[in-house]
Amino acid sequence: MAKTALQFRHNDREVAVFVDGGTSLLTALRDSVGDHSPKFGCGQGGCGACTVLIDGEAHLSCLTLAETVEGRAIQTADGLKNGAALHPLQAAFMENFAAQCGYCTPGMLMAAKALLDHNPQPTRQDVIDGIAGNICRCTGYEPIINAILAAAAGGGARRA
Amino acid sequence: MPVNVKTFATIPEAAGALASERDARYIGGGTLVMRALNEGDLSIATVVRVRDHSLGTIRPAGGRVTIGAAVTLAQLLNARDLAFLHPVARSIGGPAVRNMGTVGGNLFAPAPFGDLAVALLALDAMVSVQGSYGTREMAMEEFLAGRERAGLVISVSCTRPASPEAFRYRKVSRVKPKGASVISLAVHVPQSSGRVNGARIAYGAMAPTAIRAKAAERALEGRSLDEAGIAAAVAVAAEGTSPATDPIASTWYRREVVGVHLRRLLLGQDT
Repeated sequence: MAKTALQFRHNDREVAVFVDGGTSLLTALRDSVGDHSPKFGCGQGGCGACTVLIDGEAHLSCLTLAETVEGRAIQTADGLKNGAALHPLQAAFMENFAAQCGYCTPGMLMAAKALLDHNPQPTRQDVIDGIAGNICRCTGYEPIINAILAAAAGGGARRA
Repeated sequence: MPVNVKTFATIPEAAGALASERDARYIGGGTLVMRALNEGDLSIATVVRVRDHSLGTIRPAGGRVTIGAAVTLAQLLNARDLAFLHPVARSIGGPAVRNMGTVGGNLFAPAPFGDLAVALLALDAMVSVQGSYGTREMAMEEFLAGRERAGLVISVSCTRPASPEAFRYRKVSRVKPKGASVISLAVHVPQSSGRVNGARIAYGAMAPTAIRAKAAERALEGRSLDEAGIAAAVAVAAEGTSPATDPIASTWYRREVVGVHLRRLLLGQDT
């Protein structure tokens, strides 16, 4: 079957790849673009490990048909850091011990970024609702919620 | 396995492609179809898309509102005049799922999913469908009975509740704040002079699709929403239901608790 050419912005850089019909954005990012930050967790929309931003909104890349992102802007956890400098959310995750095994972390970071971009001063409940689609089996969520609140208090969203 | 992705400019072209290929599935937000592809569903050979922005509009008209099939759950939450559907949309998925999942797609979600369809069924929804023969509007129950062969959903229209108290929704799930339904319930109970007039009660996860609790509706008609008035409806709450046993709950449990939750919802009590 013929492959389809696909162009989109990936972390502020234009990329062009070829994908098979029915390929997910997650597969295109990992196998064709070489960005391994979004993870394959459940493939069903239940875990959030593959969360990326499409035109600034949180989407599950494993459930996104790659061809639908033609010309759109994708942001992943890989694009958060600036050189050696961590993004404020990444720093807050580190300082608050919000990652243990780390598998959920890229998705958590992008869900948190989507939240803070729209709501820079969230309440604790806003944060809980914001990461409701992301499963973490290690931390019990409290350190993650604290990290996101700490990033918000430090102006993490504005510096992003 | 790779599939054919066919993208069309117009709704009739897409509906034609859907009707002409047995192995074709329409993709909206992707939360059902991509999930199936990720699991290696070999029954899908072709995925049909359409680029028609009319599918993404919300149009109020009189006492009803028409919602385009491609409107996402997140867009429902941003529509101020659809406040009655906000608790329903908020109960589905996390933010990412709500940015993707659509109103049209929710009509196809198998139990225990498809909570929006439950609310729409209680609100006397009509589904507008494009088939290869043309467009057709049908009642939600008729649509749900044959949804696999229905064609391409264009929009859903539903009643706007006369007052906020007239429409009530509850999703019972084990995981908070988000989880699949043990059961979801939606009731539209308009009242005149303190008596229920035109009750509609719908359940999710109590059958393969959303269903109406017709025995309970009949028992509630003309009654008041107090302990004595709703007793007869609660007694027949499980009538006509055939819930599955799944990892969320058993058939027995769902049938046991449906009346408990219906009672609390009708009395305006917390879970």
